[in-house]
Amino acid sequence: MGNPHPFRCFTLHDLNEKTVKELEKKAELLRRHVIRMIHAAGSGHPGGSLSSADIVTALFFEIMDHSPESGSSLDRDHFILSKGHAAPIYYAALAECGYFPTEELITLRKLHSRLQGHPSRVKTPGVEMSTGSLGQGLSVANGLALALRLQGLDRKVFCLCGDGEMAEGQIWEAAMFAAHNHLENVICIIDRNGLQIDGRTEEIMALEPLGDKWRSFGWNVLFMDGNDMWQVLDTVGMAMEHRGSPTVIVAKTVKGKGVSFMENNVGFHGKAPNDKEYEQAMRELGGSP
Amino acid sequence: MNWSYDSQRKNYGKALVELGKTRKDIVVLDADLSGSTRTAEFGKAFPERFFNCGIAEQNMMGTAAGLAVGGMTVFASSFAVFATGRAYDQVRQSIAYPNLNVKIVASHAGITVGGDGASHQTMEDIALMNAIPNMTVIVPADGPETYRAIKAIADRPGPCYVRMGRSDVPIVTPKDDHFQVGKASVLRDGSDVALVGTGQMVAVCLEAAETLAAKGVSVRVVDLSTIKPLDTITLSKAARDCGAVVTAEEHNIVSGVGTLVAAALAESYPVPMERVGMQDVFGQSGESDELMREYGMSAKEVVAAAIKVMERKK
Repeated sequence: MGNPHPFRCFTLHDLNEKTVKELEKKAELLRRHVIRMIHAAGSGHPGGSLSSADIVTALFFEIMDHSPESGSSLDRDHFILSKGHAAPIYYAALAECGYFPTEELITLRKLHSRLQGHPSRVKTPGVEMSTGSLGQGLSVANGLALALRLQGLDRKVFCLCGDGEMAEGQIWEAAMFAAHNHLENVICIIDRNGLQIDGRTEEIMALEPLGDKWRSFGWNVLFMDGNDMWQVLDTVGMAMEHRGSPTVIVAKTVKGKGVSFMENNVGFHGKAPNDKEYEQAMRELGGSP
Repeated sequence: MNWSYDSQRKNYGKALVELGKTRKDIVVLDADLSGSTRTAEFGKAFPERFFNCGIAEQNMMGTAAGLAVGGMTVFASSFAVFATGRAYDQVRQSIAYPNLNVKIVASHAGITVGGDGASHQTMEDIALMNAIPNMTVIVPADGPETYRAIKAIADRPGPCYVRMGRSDVPIVTPKDDHFQVGKASVLRDGSDVALVGTGQMVAVCLEAAETLAAKGVSVRVVDLSTIKPLDTITLSKAARDCGAVVTAEEHNIVSGVGTLVAAALAESYPVPMERVGMQDVFGQSGESDELMREYGMSAKEVVAAAIKVMERKK
């Protein structure tokens, strides 16, 4: 594959073919977790978990400085999942990072499970903020970034948003606030998979030109293929170097990425695979059911 | 009655500035009403820990939540109608559910907002905030009690809503009172009827008590300054000792303080009850005192309710 991006990666050391291959394999493992969890739960949101799997993998296994041991410390990088329905990919990453046992993943959405249908700060180790009602995560990321600045901690706050939630007014309130307060430690990544529950974003509530909107709000705007590990690492690396304003990365992704019959299929926004679909999905993701 | 008056908002501003001096973790947010809510005083003293969010209450609540995730003790202020209504979902999802240390201190609650009219007169904020798990709800009766309440909640982690009015209100609480979250105080003892007031209706209850006392009625007046957790001990004792209860609130009686007291007494010590408050209608423009009379929230109505409820005593 090689690096298709014209820019050098500034902050990520030892980034080589081998690292990227390992991360790609890790993303595939997380995708298998997602399918297994949602199949076991009988409900959940595979589409947006699969589209953001490469971004989440890059953040949790390469980019962010974090660990279960530093879980309650502020002196680490932070992550807010504004698109809370992508909880399965978040949990898969946290479990593989050691925040809780991977065996627990299949308890997703079950009574008394620590893994709620949407992330809960008070229930799940490693989850920094409860989300699920869309459009709220960026405001929280801003507040956390302010708190870090007030305490002299030079740390990043990553906020992963869905593209559908760009229709929420609060996103743009938060966009103004971050630019006004020069929150350069905020990096917002938009999982631009182009689909929301009722159909294509451009048909439900058109977002384009999305980058121009953010630029006009005073943000540093970057674009990437959010399913290309090289580009994700490279682009986020550039975002981390940026100073003076917050950065948003519009990440073009494929909803349901990695499972042929889920790709670009809005039907799998919030539906679990049946037994047959589950088996096929696991095979396609290089695993066994 | 011969009251001296004080502002709840002014006391809030004063308490914030004092807290800011010793507590570096205190951060204050406002949504373009800092002059009215008096958070501007904190902003002047500690500009690095004050953030005006502009007219964007939803983002303000989310930002407050994030600051709390980052270890700060956050006070977020606006008018009560916007803090609880406009930003309800943010308060529920981003503050209360994750149980974060955010204090929502809102001013201009109730009908006494006056001239602004029904759009600004929230008569349902207590109901909204009270219905959310993890939320503490405080309605101080006067300026000094507001000051003491703010100091008390700053030391108590978790989400909290504090309701303040616009107008200066009579000072009704004792000078050396100690504010305890969850504890109602008896401001006047008596045994024929208990008047349970909240916010500035406590003063109205005390005024009604004077009128009733002149008729030979022994009246107990309770300042119900914490709505949640509700002080059921003080309430059921009042019911047991007096055998009749009148609640008085500057709020809709539907899902309001009277409803909560009635539910608590039904489970502990049921006695005849009357509820004085807004009768499930929207208000209108007018002077504060005119509106209180117009919508049946003056001493006259409290006296009438007390006489009526005593007649119902067996």
